[in-house]
Amino acid sequence: MKRIVILGGGTGGTIAANRLRRGYGAEDAEIIVVDRDDDHVYQPGLLFVPFGLADPARLVRPRHRQLHPGVTFRQAGVDRVDLAGDQVFLDDGPALGYDALVIATGARLLPEQTEGLTGPGWMEQVFTFYTPAGAAALRGALDRFDGGRLAVNVVDMPVKCPVAPLEFCFLADHYFRRRGIRARVQLSYVTPLDGAFTKPVCNRELSGLLRRKDIDLVTEFNTGEVRGCRGGAGEGRLVSYDDREVRFDLAVVVPLHGGAAFVDRSPGLGDELGFIPVDPGTLQATAKPNVFAIGDATDVPTSKAGSVAHFEGAVVTDGVRAYLDGRPLTGCFDGHTNCFIETGGGKALLVDFNYDTEPLTGHYPARAGLPLLKESRLNHLGKRAFESLYWHALLPGRDLPGIGSDMPRRGKAGLPG
Amino acid sequence: MAEASYDGQVVSVNDEGFFTDPGQWTEAMAPQIAKAEGIDHLTDRHWQVIRFMRQEYQAKGTGPTVRVLGKTSGVSVKELYQLFPKGPAKLAAKIAGIPKPRGCI
Repeated sequence: MKRIVILGGGTGGTIAANRLRRGYGAEDAEIIVVDRDDDHVYQPGLLFVPFGLADPARLVRPRHRQLHPGVTFRQAGVDRVDLAGDQVFLDDGPALGYDALVIATGARLLPEQTEGLTGPGWMEQVFTFYTPAGAAALRGALDRFDGGRLAVNVVDMPVKCPVAPLEFCFLADHYFRRRGIRARVQLSYVTPLDGAFTKPVCNRELSGLLRRKDIDLVTEFNTGEVRGCRGGAGEGRLVSYDDREVRFDLAVVVPLHGGAAFVDRSPGLGDELGFIPVDPGTLQATAKPNVFAIGDATDVPTSKAGSVAHFEGAVVTDGVRAYLDGRPLTGCFDGHTNCFIETGGGKALLVDFNYDTEPLTGHYPARAGLPLLKESRLNHLGKRAFESLYWHALLPGRDLPGIGSDMPRRGKAGLPG
Repeated sequence: MAEASYDGQVVSVNDEGFFTDPGQWTEAMAPQIAKAEGIDHLTDRHWQVIRFMRQEYQAKGTGPTVRVLGKTSGVSVKELYQLFPKGPAKLAAKIAGIPKPRGCI
């Protein structure tokens, strides 16, 4: 009997566990998922909480309930991985040995690594919507906000769902219009990138949307310090490393991200930021062949997003099985990423891309599908309907009809089908 | 693809002036590239970063981000901005003759 240990019971870990369970007989493999808590958060829903469009309590379900009954859920923190000994040290109990290890512990927010961010004004005048508590607190602050400067700032890449801060701007624009106070609000999007987004076609579309919605774009701003005011009494400032300043009455900051803390405590496992270096095609860790990683925990050059973890699921499970059978790894993840971008007023854009193909216009998954890089009501409905699909089809590790792991080429403008 | 001339030699660069073949770069070219970018004198601290960029590129195939530079080069992010104003990761990559660092998406 082989033992497969999966660290992390979020999107990637749950999909990997359920797919592996279906692939092995009960006598052939023991599958253990380790997580420090039993709260599985539907993270895409957090964006809607500040605008009263989602209830934070309803975004959370028990992790163990999303796992196949044949998967063991072990609630414990991870102290470190002992690569040489093929074992994981947990916060409690004896070490857990493994034949194969899957690291699915995602990305961790590091607000304390930016000077002043968690200082005066934190959770009073300076918020993040990347946590359930932060998103809920921001809802109250937005309700009380009746005019002034609202700055939305990404401190540095990489961040989870890099389009979410832009979506926040679009939704905020719509929210203030609905309240009839848009003219009294100065909205700005402050980014370390040299444009609204990195890829040219997508950048052009999103920059155009920002302009049309009268949202200022401040680029190449590397936030060195956040100066908030206690109790929100006064004007705050974002200060860049090259001494530029953006003033705010309310700031929404996406903090620095890093990998899970145990990665830093496990020699040889992670990179400088705590992400797991893997082969971008097979997702096998460069550290050791019996270690794989999935989702936000990896260092692959694509977005940190649930869709990526989903598309990686088949490759990781095939890889683990091939490794344990002593066969060569044949999987090849193409970097496929797919994101709905909420643009406010009940509309959304859809982007679909991979390692080699930037987001393009056209339709997904084929010519008769959802419009790509174009605002539509259909995309908004798709985004909202996705929540149910997430719990009932994606996490169980089912293949979605018509939605393959590889990026579809047909339907994309300028690509031979 | 464009070309530029440093230290009497013609090199291939992209449309933003980043080297496309780091093998064409020599240390003698660095002060000239720096001057064109508004840095008149390269100090020992500049050189520490430039050499680090070359090593990282050779090891990993891409230049580090400013955050990783701040953690690993021995020069803090604050000082990196003093040495290479505006965008240290990009500017140091250009002077070190390596391609533009891959952005994250």
